Amino acid sequence: MQTIDLTEIGLRETNKTLHAQSADTNQTAWEIVNPRGSHAIACGLDAPIEVTVKGSTGYYCAGMNQQATVNIHGSAGPGTGENIMSGKIVIEGDASQYLGATGHGGLIVVKGNASSRCGISMKGVNIVVQGSVGHMSAFMGQSGNLVVCGDAGDALGDSCYEARFFVRGTVKSLGADCEKKEMRPEHIEILKGLLDEAGIDANPSEFTRYGSARNLYNFDVDNAGAY
Amino acid sequence: MNRHDAKGIPHTTPRQSATFTQDINSDIRRAAATGIYDIRGGGAKRKVPSFDDLLFMGASISRYPLEGYREKCETSVTIGGLHAENPIELDIPITIAGMSFGALSGPAKEALGRGASAAGTSTTTGDGGMTPEERGHSTKLVYQYLPSRYGMNPDDLRKADAIEIVVGQGAKPGGGGMLLGQKISDRVAEMRNLPKGIDQRSACRHPDWTGPDDLEIKILELREITGWKVPIYVKVAGARPYYDTTLAIKAGADAVVLDGMQGGTAATQDVFIEHVGQPTLAIVRPAVQALQDLGMHRKVQLILSGGIRSGADVAKAMALGADAVAIGTAALIALGDNDPKWESEYNALGTTAGAYDDWHEGQDPAGITTQDPELMARFDPIEGGRRLRNYLKVMTLEAQTIARACGKNHLHNLEPEDLVALTMEAAAMAKVPLAGTDWYPGKPNTSY
Repeated sequence: MQTIDLTEIGLRETNKTLHAQSADTNQTAWEIVNPRGSHAIACGLDAPIEVTVKGSTGYYCAGMNQQATVNIHGSAGPGTGENIMSGKIVIEGDASQYLGATGHGGLIVVKGNASSRCGISMKGVNIVVQGSVGHMSAFMGQSGNLVVCGDAGDALGDSCYEARFFVRGTVKSLGADCEKKEMRPEHIEILKGLLDEAGIDANPSEFTRYGSARNLYNFDVDNAGAY
Repeated sequence: MNRHDAKGIPHTTPRQSATFTQDINSDIRRAAATGIYDIRGGGAKRKVPSFDDLLFMGASISRYPLEGYREKCETSVTIGGLHAENPIELDIPITIAGMSFGALSGPAKEALGRGASAAGTSTTTGDGGMTPEERGHSTKLVYQYLPSRYGMNPDDLRKADAIEIVVGQGAKPGGGGMLLGQKISDRVAEMRNLPKGIDQRSACRHPDWTGPDDLEIKILELREITGWKVPIYVKVAGARPYYDTTLAIKAGADAVVLDGMQGGTAATQDVFIEHVGQPTLAIVRPAVQALQDLGMHRKVQLILSGGIRSGADVAKAMALGADAVAIGTAALIALGDNDPKWESEYNALGTTAGAYDDWHEGQDPAGITTQDPELMARFDPIEGGRRLRNYLKVMTLEAQTIARACGKNHLHNLEPEDLVALTMEAAAMAKVPLAGTDWYPGKPNTSY
């Protein structure tokens, strides 16, 4: 285990050190201490390493992540894991707004709650939240899965495309063109896989699936009131 | 025509309304028939005060000129030297503006790269990500970071020579985009992670930041991901140029790209294009003022776009304080867009060469703004690249001609004092005197 004191060496040196790790590095376990809510910690990683941040992080921690696993032993600021391509981010605390925005792949797990716009414009990422999510979650979500073990706030999945949403609790309201869907066996399978991968013990059959009604896919003036 | 009625009373001359013109009436009839606003490409078509309303005074007894073809007039520009390890060095201060693969065909993007590279300048990706042909044919490629983040990935980000965070564009300040289903080919759909054939909306706001304080953090993240190597531009529409330029600089931008309302778009509502934003002429001086107030003029570069067409426009932009310009529509015309040789086909589409702006429909006879394989095949990217290079060279020679006549050995040495305005509006916007007077409209107690 390599330990980096972020307050001591600074953000640039911290990220530079992590970016220098290649695919075949034998230094695969890293720990960052004294993060003090800094922004852009461990963003742009592209190696099969595991980084554990001991404390809370600011904006864009693990942004655009590829391959790496980033654990946040604290709460995570806005835009954590934005545009994640692959790998895994595990947040032990709560996550602020825009979690996993535009993420293309990989997995984000939140042990606490996630704030508003969780999974906004998601493009393939899987997000599993053990608690609840705020309003406008998965706004314009294109693909991927958002799993919410608690409740969802207002306007879930507004203007979504092909992303899937699984919510165990209540949904305060659905956004434009988002509707409740049938939970077929293949969806139970997908959900089971996601919960297993996230290490969260929950019964897939207790969840409801939501997704696009596909009424707004091509502009129609008779739908103008929905825009 | 009967000039009198049966009783011998004269008729009045039939009179068209200045308010309800034939154009306006056709808009009303179109709206009544369809129930939806008109969507089109391009920039503002209305007449606005422009660089055409400015003139250079040239040399005189008090200013001596430089010899054409003999004495050097430099045109190079460095963009992004403030924070980036590898600033962009351009031979000419005319860059190619962001236009998306999706809106344009792959070969058209390739031609932009070829032409720009041959002329020693940069080209820019667009809302749809970076294509290999574009990267391969562009020696200097600016990667646009847009609200939609279509095709956005860190590998491409790291391949870019600069990053341009797009906040707005002149054709539609505050507006997102729409790529209609008919242009969504398999390749476009795959790059944007969306099903084929559906309308693709591009968001108007970034999904993970709002406001200047967030922008500063976003710039920090992009710099960390790219190791502080490449410049980061911020592109804004000509909405509030003084404040937007100020905020972009304070957020840490290396360059500000400022786009006036004549700047084109692939597709948006006609009402948006014609009624939101400010003319390019009106936005330069406030932006330059912001740079000067912060002591950042010539340190943070200002790239001006929106209706730049000629070396005269380039020279005027430079004289007002811009470091470089960007062209979009003009580059497409150089490639062959709206060429009269396709007139019969434009007629079949209900339009005429020069007026064709339904780029979003994907039926471009010139094969440039389309994803239709047959139409695309009409366009030769090598020939297109050559034409663009020629055009860029001509613009540069024209700008140099004017600069030499003003006695300047670098385009950047052109200054507002070289200019006069033909109209009061242009004089007030450009903050130069009305021709033949010592009057700066809107500027109290000033004279030569």
